[in-house]
Amino acid sequence: MSEKLINVTLKVWRQKNAQAAGNFVTYEAKDVSVDMSFLEMLDVVNEDLILKGEEPITTDNDCREGICGQCGVVVNGRPHGPRHRTTTCQLHMRSFKSGDVITIEPFRAKAFPIIKDLMVDRSAFDRIIAAGGFITAPTGSAPDANSTPVPKKCSDLAFDAAACIGCGACVAACPNASAMLFVSAKISQLALLPQGQPERYTRVRDMIAQMDAEEFGTCTNHGECESACPKGVSLENIARMNRDFIKASLTYRPEVAGGGVG
Amino acid sequence: MELKSNVPDGPLETKWERHKFNMKLVNPSNKRKYKVLVVGTGLAGGAAAASMAELGYQVECFCYQDSPRRAHSIAAQGGINAAKNYHNDGDSVMRLFYDTIKGGDFRAREANVYRLAEVSNDIIDQCVAQGVPFAREYGGLLDNRSFGGAQVSRTFYARGQTGQQLLLGAYQALQRQIGLGTVKMHTRHEMQELIVIDGVAKGIVTRNMVTGEVRSHMGDAVVLATGGYGNVMHLATYAKGCNATAIWRAYKKGAAFANPCYTQIHPTCIPVTGDHQSKLTLMSESLRNDGRIWVPTKAGDKRPVDQIPENERDYYLERKYPSYGNLAPRDISSRAAKQVCDAGLGVGDTGRGVYLDFSEATQRLGAHKIEEKYGNLFEMYERITGEDPYKVPMRIYPATHYTMGGLWVDYNLMSTIPGLFVLGEANFSDHGANRLGASALMQGLSDGYFVAPYTVGNYLAGIKPGTRPSEDHPEAKAAEAEVQGRTQRILGIDGKETPTHFHRELGHILWEHCGMARNDQGLHKALDVLPELRQRFWENVKVPGSGADVNQSLELAGRVADFLELGELMCRDALERKESCGGHFREEWQTEEGEAQRDDEHFCHVAAWEYTGEGQAPKRHVEELAFENVHLATRSYK
Repeated sequence: MSEKLINVTLKVWRQKNAQAAGNFVTYEAKDVSVDMSFLEMLDVVNEDLILKGEEPITTDNDCREGICGQCGVVVNGRPHGPRHRTTTCQLHMRSFKSGDVITIEPFRAKAFPIIKDLMVDRSAFDRIIAAGGFITAPTGSAPDANSTPVPKKCSDLAFDAAACIGCGACVAACPNASAMLFVSAKISQLALLPQGQPERYTRVRDMIAQMDAEEFGTCTNHGECESACPKGVSLENIARMNRDFIKASLTYRPEVAGGGVG
Repeated sequence: MELKSNVPDGPLETKWERHKFNMKLVNPSNKRKYKVLVVGTGLAGGAAAASMAELGYQVECFCYQDSPRRAHSIAAQGGINAAKNYHNDGDSVMRLFYDTIKGGDFRAREANVYRLAEVSNDIIDQCVAQGVPFAREYGGLLDNRSFGGAQVSRTFYARGQTGQQLLLGAYQALQRQIGLGTVKMHTRHEMQELIVIDGVAKGIVTRNMVTGEVRSHMGDAVVLATGGYGNVMHLATYAKGCNATAIWRAYKKGAAFANPCYTQIHPTCIPVTGDHQSKLTLMSESLRNDGRIWVPTKAGDKRPVDQIPENERDYYLERKYPSYGNLAPRDISSRAAKQVCDAGLGVGDTGRGVYLDFSEATQRLGAHKIEEKYGNLFEMYERITGEDPYKVPMRIYPATHYTMGGLWVDYNLMSTIPGLFVLGEANFSDHGANRLGASALMQGLSDGYFVAPYTVGNYLAGIKPGTRPSEDHPEAKAAEAEVQGRTQRILGIDGKETPTHFHRELGHILWEHCGMARNDQGLHKALDVLPELRQRFWENVKVPGSGADVNQSLELAGRVADFLELGELMCRDALERKESCGGHFREEWQTEEGEAQRDDEHFCHVAAWEYTGEGQAPKRHVEELAFENVHLATRSYK
């Protein structure tokens, strides 16, 4: 069974809070089973720290099955680590070998301030969704689900965009800390569906305005976001968003509808 | 304590319609004077918060995650049931109702289940309008599949990520309200106490998980949608943070806890690999539509799969249950897996696993079709195990996945504390002793979109607007002091064992004695050792750091402290329910074929437990279940 246990050295970013200065601290993780997930390896390191009376490493995670989007650290310079299309929680230690030095850092971006250690504040994403990332359909107002057929191709493409888990790896990977992959995924999903048409052009304007207000950077076509995305959300979405944004910008005129009498 | 179900009179089919008419309405201009607190942002909580804000109430909403979109509803894979009958295969509201009652082994309230089936169709309409990308046929209409023990195709799905897409729909509706200023959202806040004033729920105490601030929030009604308590088992398919603290605090403040022993074990999880394991991952049981479950016929057969000839494989579900085969309900499939592993036939390093084999389906349908249907699940399996399920069969084993028990609620989803409503998995109401596949999403959204907005309104209509107590009320201050006291006590112990250590030990005890099969002796054993474990926790737990900033071991310790108490209540309930039904299998009560044997004469009831004080035995109350529309039958899936 010896090949199933490895020893690795961790260099982990420790930072007490948003105001404090941070630094790397080195930990040795010994006899790590390759069947462990990356976060389980950190759990074991943390158990030792607790027993020594030290504060364990703080990291955000919840579902541990790659879908909630709450986990995410930069492992050896890559958001979510070395495995393609894999969230941090789904990364397993069999991706490493004995003697490896593993550098672990938080997602870094101006719009994602560090809260503690590897935990960052991604609430900017929620505010972008609140600005327009929805279809206005109050509860109870919907027509029968089959009253509007949706071509399978549109539905499939909408799904591909909707697979985004909102983890923020795209932002962490981008040299400009741009959020355009995240924003365009939601814009694409809703723009591809008939239900999303009425608000299509106000949505793209409102969401992009909020994205800018949150001080995310701009897209300069590096494509790092797509390669870091654990769900394979495509750059095509950014192109689709840009087309809608240009159209919206050219045709937008603030108008006030006249009300009827009565 | 009196358990009044408040089920409306009259025929089953028109109860909800008439009840909606009889409920009081709140004057539109008064709605904004009421504040509703919603704890939890999964399908039930997210949908309820958004819907009530749309109606005009002030809503404050709380979640422990960093965003409402993270709630664990997101991990549901398979689908959501509805009685649309789009496939023309004989489905109806009545049939969905009947299947749910039968699947629950006749231990759910008829009227609630019928309402669930009735509003199931509205849910699909609502979700499509929100832009949920359900699977579609080439003609553009919605696709359905048959799922987990159903003989009609009534399950709507979005690849293997149905929960994610439904939750994002509810989340977006909620974010819209947050943007409009009608919902005030508190992320990274954990509810730590319920504030009860003159017997009525009027607020909650939360701990801000970033700053450590403990404070009260007052409301005219409190809605708990905080999910199930399956993490009591330590290893379960729940998210790491899922916990029972909110419902446990409510229980200790007077809300009855119903059927805590009804836990569901899901048959298709990835097996445990070792002690480091932190959680278990579920593979959607939709896999059972095409996968065949088997073990070698000889104990200890360690040959690679391709060297085991067909006649030395036991497809035990197909053999024992010819008409349902691999689609037999969850409890039956799980126990069957345990039986073959107990007999030494299990596969994999640990011997706790059975094969789920797609080779026959791949030949029949082609690899591309299998990939289209299950691609994301196969990928997930490969990531976790390092094995390619296109080449070797998956290995699966049962794990705790859902809890049917929860806080007792009446037809209006109100607990035994007036003003405290409980939605989704956190309540006990709709699934009886066993939940059918693709029904959890349905119940969460039904409660959140289509039931609570009416029934909470009806409750508020009876309260004078503007009478909400302030945060300075002595009861609020007392509740805050309780929370602070508990936090300081945990931090002050400075013992020698970590919170995880206690959690794992608790899990071992419960899995062994109150898991897939229970018996009198084992339950007594658990009830002997659990108080000792609890005492050791309070003497020897070690939590470093302070309560004044992010402290994840403190958070876990608080949750484990509550699980240690809840685990005991589960065992007590399991001991008292001297019959087998659904997810509750008592070895003393089984048929000759090893199937669950109900005792309708003595146990056709809901058991609801009342907290009576520290160190005192809780009191068991009973709500008799009347079946007026279905005949109590013995479940048979042969």
